[in-house]
Amino acid sequence: MPGPVQAIERAAAILRLLARGSGRLGVGEIAASLDLAKGTAHGILRTLQGVGFVEQDAATGKYQLGAALLHLGTSYLDVNELRSRAINWADALAARSGEAVRIGTPLEGNVMVVHHVFRPDDTLQTLDVGTLLPLHATALGKVLLAYDADLAAETQRSDLPSLTRRTVVNAAALTRALAQVREQGWAGEAEEFMPGEAGIAAPIRSYGGLVVGAIGITGPADRLCDGGLRPRADLVTHVSNAARAVSRDLGASR
Amino acid sequence: MTQRYVMSIDQGTTSTRCILFDQRARLVSVAQREQQQYFPQPGWVEQDAVEIWRNVDRIVPRALADAGISPDQVMALGIANQRETTVVWDRRTGTPVGRAIVWQDVRTEELVREFEGKPDAETVRDRCGLPLATYFAAPRLRWLLDNLPGLRDRAERGDVLFGTMETWLIWNLTGGVDGGEHVTDVTNASRTLLMNLATLAWDDELLSFFDIPKRMLPEIKPSTADFGRTKRVVPGLRIAAALGDQHAALFGQTCFARGETKCTYGTGSFLLMNTGRELVRSTHGLLTTIGYQLGGEPAVYALEGPIAVTGSLVQWIRDSLGLIGSAPEIETLARTVDDNGGCYIVPAFSGLFAPHWHSEARGIIVGLTSYITKGHLARAVLEATGWQTREVVDAMNADSGLTASTLRVDGGMTANHLLMQFIADVLDVPVMRPIVAETVSLGAAYAAGLGVGFWPDLEGLRRNWHLAARWLPQLEASRRDAEYANWQRAVELTFGWAQPRRPV
Ligand SMILES: Nc1ncnc2c1ncn2[C@@H]1O[C@H](COP(=O)(O)OP(=O)(O)O)[C@@H](O)[C@H]1O
Ligand SMILES: [Mg+2]
Repeated sequence: MPGPVQAIERAAAILRLLARGSGRLGVGEIAASLDLAKGTAHGILRTLQGVGFVEQDAATGKYQLGAALLHLGTSYLDVNELRSRAINWADALAARSGEAVRIGTPLEGNVMVVHHVFRPDDTLQTLDVGTLLPLHATALGKVLLAYDADLAAETQRSDLPSLTRRTVVNAAALTRALAQVREQGWAGEAEEFMPGEAGIAAPIRSYGGLVVGAIGITGPADRLCDGGLRPRADLVTHVSNAARAVSRDLGASR
Repeated sequence: MTQRYVMSIDQGTTSTRCILFDQRARLVSVAQREQQQYFPQPGWVEQDAVEIWRNVDRIVPRALADAGISPDQVMALGIANQRETTVVWDRRTGTPVGRAIVWQDVRTEELVREFEGKPDAETVRDRCGLPLATYFAAPRLRWLLDNLPGLRDRAERGDVLFGTMETWLIWNLTGGVDGGEHVTDVTNASRTLLMNLATLAWDDELLSFFDIPKRMLPEIKPSTADFGRTKRVVPGLRIAAALGDQHAALFGQTCFARGETKCTYGTGSFLLMNTGRELVRSTHGLLTTIGYQLGGEPAVYALEGPIAVTGSLVQWIRDSLGLIGSAPEIETLARTVDDNGGCYIVPAFSGLFAPHWHSEARGIIVGLTSYITKGHLARAVLEATGWQTREVVDAMNADSGLTASTLRVDGGMTANHLLMQFIADVLDVPVMRPIVAETVSLGAAYAAGLGVGFWPDLEGLRRNWHLAARWLPQLEASRRDAEYANWQRAVELTFGWAQPRRPV
């Protein structure tokens, strides 16, 4: 077993320091209290600031605990902000793939659609932002399950409703499917939600690799998949690239 | 074959973006930086032109690097910009004489009132299509000449240059103190109060009316033209188009035919209708402006309903009141309640623009009771954008004799579903967003790409327009009418605030 990571211990010490007393300290005071070089303390503070755990007062330059710490339990990225930050890349994905694009986040055991771009063929389509989709039967949902062990366990504890004859209804089969999603970095779904329809999705990550949502395309299975109902490689690339572009904007490292 | 691209720079009021588009008008990369806003006194709004230039210096190479594209793959650069924001700088040092005065700034209110009192004030609108208002560049330039010691002398000697943001950026990009091009385009020039709308040239009568030395003004070109090659940032790019952001959005929405209309929702919001070769004068509080001018062709005119404060009200809630951490969170906050609870916000922070033109109006929040929560305030913030849209759409319908049957929208606020639904509800028409929300950038790219033959014609561009989202009206008419009446009463309360009312 590797030993403790020093930088994380120091970060924890800085947070404890800021949590007591006045709660507002300059970088020099923090460095002196913890017997750290000022540069080291500054680097850690900047990183903590980047993830929202500390905030710097613009006027005094002093640091304090960040608002994000108070909301650690709740979803830290507002869904409306996710939409705003992703809109350019979602548009570009729809233009490249020729298919409808959706972004989803988990909500009460479902996927909630937080963004929807129409298939760019000017046919009649209806916005379904706010709609709930099943986690186990959609590509968006499988991505969300693959990177959230609690959500996956909870979903598998209840019955997996069968929506088509291809829906994965067996917990063990779903576990295998999710392992594959993690391995390949994207999820596919062919006629598991609706006959004749398919989907491809990939994770949207924030700093540290935290998955905050999924972005994907849906469309007729004969356009999205090859003969063996396997997602087409070029479309998988478009989806993965879009997911990566949004993630980069949200602070995920490459 | 190596891929080729067009680059756009959108120097907006809130941020500057550099975007690369491929031949099918798909976004390939985007780099963006917000600039600082300064509010040094009530009603004053400033930005630092040097900071904006530095942001351009950072984002252009980053957009190329992110896409893995080399400069020789970029066929042309198009520039779109926040309009009317005024910069004056020293042509020998390249240093601005002070901060840029932003289009929302109302420091020139007194000055504008003086201009209104001049005997020939009536002719201004005939010549340039604009009402006398704090919104436009000429009073700001005059304010600088009057208030910065020695500036008028320097201007008359030819030592300082005036420009809006595109002029400042092009001058810097094409060499700055080493032979930078001092140029603007007809759309930007049409927002100064100094250009004659019929001749598309600086108007000597207007220059003498505002007492502005002609030497400091840039050369006016069509929107697509040879604006020179970049010598700095990324050398060798061909600047083939420049146009005001709202004109670029009209172009990016492919509103090429008479009657075609769009509304862009950013810091402020701007409804523009293409009126073709015809210079239409509004009788309902709209502006006459240049839509765009392709090199070698006659100008295309437009009617415009500008709204000063929409997205910037959201920013105010974020930055000055601290009720939200980011602009999109206004939607989350607004959804914590079902309606406005009787509360209305009229954000007359810069007076009211179209269709009212009350420079002396100031913002209000009315209908406060103990019942009101921050959720209701957030609703009122979004609704203010909806009702202000309704006012300019009503004016446009009245002027054109047509009734708009849909509204094409774009800009940063179109990510807000609650707002887009509300706009559909208050206009009672479907609201449609195209597949590139960054329509300003797309329009600048289109103009530049057309200029260099990267795209052959307007018809080809039209085929790139696809519907990305559509919101259908759902509100009952009685509710809409009652709410509109409340809004109109609230608007009336803002009038006359900044000046003492005359005793009755
Ligand atoms: N989701 C949103 N809801 C409401 N307002 C928003 C949202 N996203 C951005 N804005 C507002 O839109 C403006 C930025 O849009 P943008 O089109 O970039 O403006 P500009 O071109 O004027 O700089 C800001 O004023 C911001 O407050
Ligand atoms: Mg803009």
